[in-house]
Amino acid sequence: MSDVLSVQGLSVTVRDKTLVQDVDLTVGPGERVGLIGESGSGKSLTALSVIGLLPEDVHAAGSVRLAGVSHELIGADERRMSRVRGLQLAMVFQEPMTALNPTMRVGDQVAEAMLIHRTVPGRRSARLAATELLDRVGLAGAMKTYPHQLSGGQRQRIVVALALANDPALLICDEPTTALDVTVQAMILDLIMQGVAARESALLFITHDLAVVATICQRVLVMYGGRVVEAGPVGEVFTRPRHRYTQGLLAASDLESADARLPTIPGNVPAAGQFPSGCVFRTRCAHATELCAEVPPWEGTPAHGFACHHPAPAMEPTHA
Amino acid sequence: MILRLVERTAVLLVSLAVASVLVFGFMAVLPGDPARVALGVNASDEAVAQLRQQFGLDRSLATQYVDWLGGLLQGDFGTSYVSKVAIGPQIADRFQVTLWLVVTAMIVALVLAAPAGTVMAARHRRISGLALSALSQLGVAVPAFLAGILLIMVFAVKLGWLPANGWTPPAEDPGMFLKQLVLPALSLGLVQGAVLTRYVRSAVLDVLREDYLRTARAKGLRPFPALWRHGLRNAAVPVVTVLGLQLATLLIGAVVVERVFVIPGLGSLLLDGVSNRDLLLVQDVVMVLVVAVLVVNFLVDLLYVALDPRLRVSR
Repeated sequence: MSDVLSVQGLSVTVRDKTLVQDVDLTVGPGERVGLIGESGSGKSLTALSVIGLLPEDVHAAGSVRLAGVSHELIGADERRMSRVRGLQLAMVFQEPMTALNPTMRVGDQVAEAMLIHRTVPGRRSARLAATELLDRVGLAGAMKTYPHQLSGGQRQRIVVALALANDPALLICDEPTTALDVTVQAMILDLIMQGVAARESALLFITHDLAVVATICQRVLVMYGGRVVEAGPVGEVFTRPRHRYTQGLLAASDLESADARLPTIPGNVPAAGQFPSGCVFRTRCAHATELCAEVPPWEGTPAHGFACHHPAPAMEPTHA
Repeated sequence: MILRLVERTAVLLVSLAVASVLVFGFMAVLPGDPARVALGVNASDEAVAQLRQQFGLDRSLATQYVDWLGGLLQGDFGTSYVSKVAIGPQIADRFQVTLWLVVTAMIVALVLAAPAGTVMAARHRRISGLALSALSQLGVAVPAFLAGILLIMVFAVKLGWLPANGWTPPAEDPGMFLKQLVLPALSLGLVQGAVLTRYVRSAVLDVLREDYLRTARAKGLRPFPALWRHGLRNAAVPVVTVLGLQLATLLIGAVVVERVFVIPGLGSLLLDGVSNRDLLLVQDVVMVLVVAVLVVNFLVDLLYVALDPRLRVSR
C-alpha cells in the first residue's frame, strides 16, 4: 500500500538559519505516527510545512506528497493548497483558546469547513452535518454558542470536530492537549483516536509527551535540532532506544525508576539555528567523540533506524 | 444584551445630567455679569438691571439652571441676550449643515481607509504596501484646511469643475448642494481617512496574527476570504472606537474647513457667539456638542456589543 503522506528531504529555513534539515517521514493509510521532541526540535515546523502554513519569512524545501493529490505540496500556490487543506489534510493546533473566531457561532465555524469544500449540498445540510459532528464530540446543543462560552477542552473538541468534518486522509495534531488540564487530555485523545479510526484517516501526532505517544501511536519519530534522530515502532523505540538522545529523553521521563532525582539531559536545547555541525546532539551527549563532528549516517531502514555514531547497544536496558 | 442596553442608557442619562451641570456651572462662574457683557461697558445701570430682569438673570442660579434645562428638554434654547433672537432655530440650522458635512466626510474616510488599510496590512512587507503606507503618512501630516485650499485651487480655480465655496440647503437645490458638499467633505474626509487608515492597518495586522485566522486557512480558505470572513468583525472593534472619536472631534473641528469654504456650520456659530459675547448662545452650542459626543459614544458602545459577542455576557 502506498503511503498517505510522504515527506522527503524536508528542510525549513528562515533567512540564513536552517531550522529543519533532511527530514524524511512517511505515514501509511490509517497509520498513527508520533513526532516527538523538545521545544525547538522542529516538529511543529515540519507539520506546518506539510500543510503549507509556515510564517511568512520561513521557507520549506524538499518534497511533500499526499495520496490523492497530484501535485507537490511544497511550493504549491495558494489556489491549489487551499483545495487540499481542510479536505484531504486537516490540522488541530495547540492552543484551543484562540483557535476559534470569537465573533462567530461555533456551529457556523464547523459548518463552514464543509461549505468551503462543498462536501455537503447546501447550508441546511451543512448545519445538519455540523450538529451531528458536535453531537459526536459530546457537545450536542453547542451549535449556537460562541467560543467564549466554552471551556478550553470544549473548544478543542470543536476544533477536532471541524478538522474531521471532511473525513481527511491525514489529520495532523500539533500538541493538541498540551494546553489542557490533564483530566481533559484523555477525553480529547480519545476523540482523536475514535475520529481517525472511524474515518480510516492517518494521524501525524506531534507532542513532547512520551506517554501520549505510547498510548496513541504505532510508530514514532524522534526529532532533535531539526533532524530526525531515531524512528521505529513505539514499542521498540521506547524499550530499546538506540540514539543517545532518545535514551536520555526516556530516562528523563521515567518516573518509576527514579528513586531520588530524575535524570536530566545536561545542558539546554541550543537556540534555533545554533545547533552544532555534525551530530546535532553532540554538545550535550556524554558519548560524543571527535567522530561526531560528522553527520552520522542513518542506520537501519527508513521506517526503523537511527542516526548515531555511538548508539546504545541493541539490547541495553533503558535505565542501567 | 437587554441588560447591557439598559446599563449603557443609564450611563448616558447620568452623563448628560452631569454635563449639563458642568456646562451651566462653567458659564456661571465666568467673571462678569452676562447682561453687562451683552450691553457693553458704557450701558447704564438701569438698562443692565432691566435686561437682567427681562432674561431672569436676577433669579438664583438653581432656578436659572432648572429653567434652562427644562427649556432644553422641550426644545426651547432660549433667546440671545445680544441679538434678542431665538437660539433654537439657529442651532438647528447650523447643526444640520455640520452634520451633513461631517457624516459625508466620515463616509469618505471609511470608504478610503477600509480597503487601503487592509491592503497595507496584507502587503506590509511589499513595495505596494509600503507605498500606500507612506502616502497615508503624508495624508496624516496635511491639515484639513490646507487640503481644502489645495482642492479649491485645483478643482475650483484651475479646472472649474466645482464651486469654490458656499452652501445651499439640500431641500432648496439638491444639485447645487451636492456640488458644494464635494470639496469640503473631501478635504475633511481625506485627512481623517489617512488617520483612520493607520488604525485599520494595525487592526488588520493584529487580526492576521491571530490563531483563528490560521484555523480558517487550515480549513481551506484562501488568505483574503479568510480575512474577510473571520477578520473583518474582529478588526472592526478598534476601528469603530477611532471612528467614534473622529466623528465627535469633527463636529467642532470642522470649523476650520467650514471657514475655508464659507459654510455656515455649528463651529462658526460658536465662534460668532464667542466674539459677540453671546453667552447663552455659547452655552447652548457647547451643550449641543456635548450631547452629540455622548450620543456618539453611546452608539459606539452599542456597536461594540453588536460586533463582539464576548461583550454580551451579562454581569
